[in-house]
Amino acid sequence: MIAESLALSAVLFTIGTIGVLTRRNAIVIFMCVELMLNAVNLSFVALSRQYGVTGQVFVVFVMTVAAAEAAVGLAIIISIFRHRQTVNLQNINLLKG
Amino acid sequence: MLLQTAAVASTGHSLQGSVAEWIWLVPVLPLIGFLINGWLSLRAVGHVGPADPSGEEHGHGHTDDAHHDAHDDGHQATRHPSASIVSVVGPTVLILAFLLAVAIFAALAAAQPDAPFVKQLFTWMVAGDFRVDAAFQVDQLSMVMVLVITGVGALIHVFSVGYMRDDPGYPRYFAYLNLFVFFMLVLVLGASYPVLFVGWEGVGLCSYLLIGFWFTDKVNADAGKKAFVVNRIGDFGFLIAMFLLFANLGTLDFSGVNAAAPALGAGSALVTVICLLLFLGCAGKSAQIPLYVWLPDAMAGPTPVSALIHAATMVTAGVYLVARSAALFSMAPAASLTVALVGGLTALFAATIGLKQWDIKKVLAYSTVSQLGYMFVGVGVGAYAAGIFHLVTHAFFKALLFLGSGSVIYAMHQAYHHTGSHEDAQDMRNMGGLKQFMPVTFVLMWIATLAIAGIPPFAGFFSKDEILGAVFARTHGSTLADAQWFGIPGSAVLYAVWVFGLAAALLTAIYMTRMMLYTFHGPNRSGEREREHLHEAPWIMTGPLVALGVLSAVGGWLNLPAFFPAGPIQALHHWLEPVSGDAALQVTHGAEAHMTATTEYTLVGIAVAIAVAGIAIAFARLKPAALVPKAEAPEAEGFERVLEHKYYVDEIYDRIVVRPIESGSRGILWRGLDAGIIDGLFVNGSAYLARGFGWLGARLQTGRTGTYAWVLVIGVIAVLSAFSLR
Repeated sequence: MIAESLALSAVLFTIGTIGVLTRRNAIVIFMCVELMLNAVNLSFVALSRQYGVTGQVFVVFVMTVAAAEAAVGLAIIISIFRHRQTVNLQNINLLKG
Repeated sequence: MLLQTAAVASTGHSLQGSVAEWIWLVPVLPLIGFLINGWLSLRAVGHVGPADPSGEEHGHGHTDDAHHDAHDDGHQATRHPSASIVSVVGPTVLILAFLLAVAIFAALAAAQPDAPFVKQLFTWMVAGDFRVDAAFQVDQLSMVMVLVITGVGALIHVFSVGYMRDDPGYPRYFAYLNLFVFFMLVLVLGASYPVLFVGWEGVGLCSYLLIGFWFTDKVNADAGKKAFVVNRIGDFGFLIAMFLLFANLGTLDFSGVNAAAPALGAGSALVTVICLLLFLGCAGKSAQIPLYVWLPDAMAGPTPVSALIHAATMVTAGVYLVARSAALFSMAPAASLTVALVGGLTALFAATIGLKQWDIKKVLAYSTVSQLGYMFVGVGVGAYAAGIFHLVTHAFFKALLFLGSGSVIYAMHQAYHHTGSHEDAQDMRNMGGLKQFMPVTFVLMWIATLAIAGIPPFAGFFSKDEILGAVFARTHGSTLADAQWFGIPGSAVLYAVWVFGLAAALLTAIYMTRMMLYTFHGPNRSGEREREHLHEAPWIMTGPLVALGVLSAVGGWLNLPAFFPAGPIQALHHWLEPVSGDAALQVTHGAEAHMTATTEYTLVGIAVAIAVAGIAIAFARLKPAALVPKAEAPEAEGFERVLEHKYYVDEIYDRIVVRPIESGSRGILWRGLDAGIIDGLFVNGSAYLARGFGWLGARLQTGRTGTYAWVLVIGVIAVLSAFSLR
């Protein structure tokens, strides 16, 4: 049972990673990051059966942080869209000094 | 460990508690003189440097720049304000040191110890097994040297009081001269090679300072620099020899080295290399081929300096070092043959150059180089006592010749100065007929000339004959004769050295007579107006000359040859036996080198005949009457021209040594190494490297999140795979 859970977690994480690397729309990338987080959550929960309740506590923390991140991230994306009329990351290089 | 053995040796020494305990005071006295005179010269600021070279244009006429000023302002005006104190302090410390040395010498003669008396002063340095004490060694050899240095030195100091009278650098001159005597005494008294080396370098420094005494003339400063640089080449050899000695014997004390020397193995390559390196040092300090070139240039210094440093004492330090290391040299026949051969070649080579020099001091300079060659022949063939004997007699007659020439130059300079002429006061073509103006100097110079030419009964005859006889005696039945020198039998080398020595003796007689003829005989060529101003030097200058004249006449009694009918036979030879007797015996297979009476008389006859022939040839061939003053003299031609230009050795050295080093320094070391590699590659190169990395880093920063994400993921994969593969 645990092997299947971890395999699913790995598949989800890989899908999320590939999405982050290949997609250009900021919203989609954002969603892929959420997918990665939840893949990790899944593996935490799966492993908590073996190693105790600590993993489930982590999951609660991760979901909290993810919620905060979603709020801030979406706000940033909206603000970028207002300035540039696009959320295509190819056209945004504000991080260049 | 060696210190303990030395201490044990000295506790039971017969000189313990005697006046020899005060040996440290002998060098300290001149040091005190140096401090006083040095302070006086610094105190009167403005008189530290030499005189303003007022109109002093000619290259050689730099004997005393002050005389010009003296004429204009009166004598007292340009004398240094402290001159009177310096005149007392300078010579007095030397005379006191001489008297103390005589007392110690007397104590040594009374005790006649077989082992040297070592006076420990303090520990100089300790590093692991290496330990050097500041210690002075009183033995037969060192005390002979101390007597020569302080005795002849005191006479030359007194002479200098008159000669340098009006020089504005008067206290500075005496400070340097006192310092020189201090270092020279450290050199001969030091009980180990490092202490000797301190004195060795110290006298080199003082030589440099005194050659360039009138340093506002670039020629003089250059001559000092040349002496310093050439001596460094020799010192390199000396240092390496010391390192080898310590590495193989573990000690550098003379007594320790002498005791341990047999461990090196007689005739081994190691001891030969050590001796050859030591001799390289000697060749530098004592002006032998190929490092003799500095000595003739050293004549740029004041004439008393030439007498003291460049004739009587410092340049003989190499001979002293070989005699001091007799235990080593007697085990290395090949090295000893090299010493003798180089000495013989130098004696002949320098004598030929002396034939055609016009500067009176240059004649004497090449004569000194030649006579030093004789000394090396003596110590080279293992006749250490004979070498030291010639060193002593040479100190007498060569100091006399130099001081006499100083007296001549002083008179010439005074005369030219009175008339305002700028002729060369040292060129013999401007002299002539001086015997009527300066009779005392004339007579004394002739005594010295006869002494150096080898006419009996003057000092040089005995010492030179002793050396030539020793060479001849060792052509058979000695370790030298049996040894091979680069495949040549040792006896053949010794015969060659003997022939060189005889030829040099002939040339010596010729060039010295030539100098006397051109200087004192014939008509006077100094000019009508100058003639009336020519007169004998004051008594303070002629007094030391007389003392040296007496010594030159009777100095041979120090070591009369074995066949001599009366008097103290071979006194110096027996005196030095505790120091170098064993080493000398080792060279001659344990037996004293004896020749039959007939052979001895024949050799003496040949030597005297050659000396007389030389003088006769000079009188017959040279016509002082035909000589013209320097300004009108024609250029010499043919071989004479080569001799006058000293075989162009300076030019050859310039071409094959100086210029390659200069262009190498410029092209390779400066442009290539310094500007190219250090500045270009290291300094600017590292800046370029940092800038290049910066440029690459700037390219990585695209500002696109996608790129960063890719790099991040690749990095994570790389790290994870690195961990999982481990």
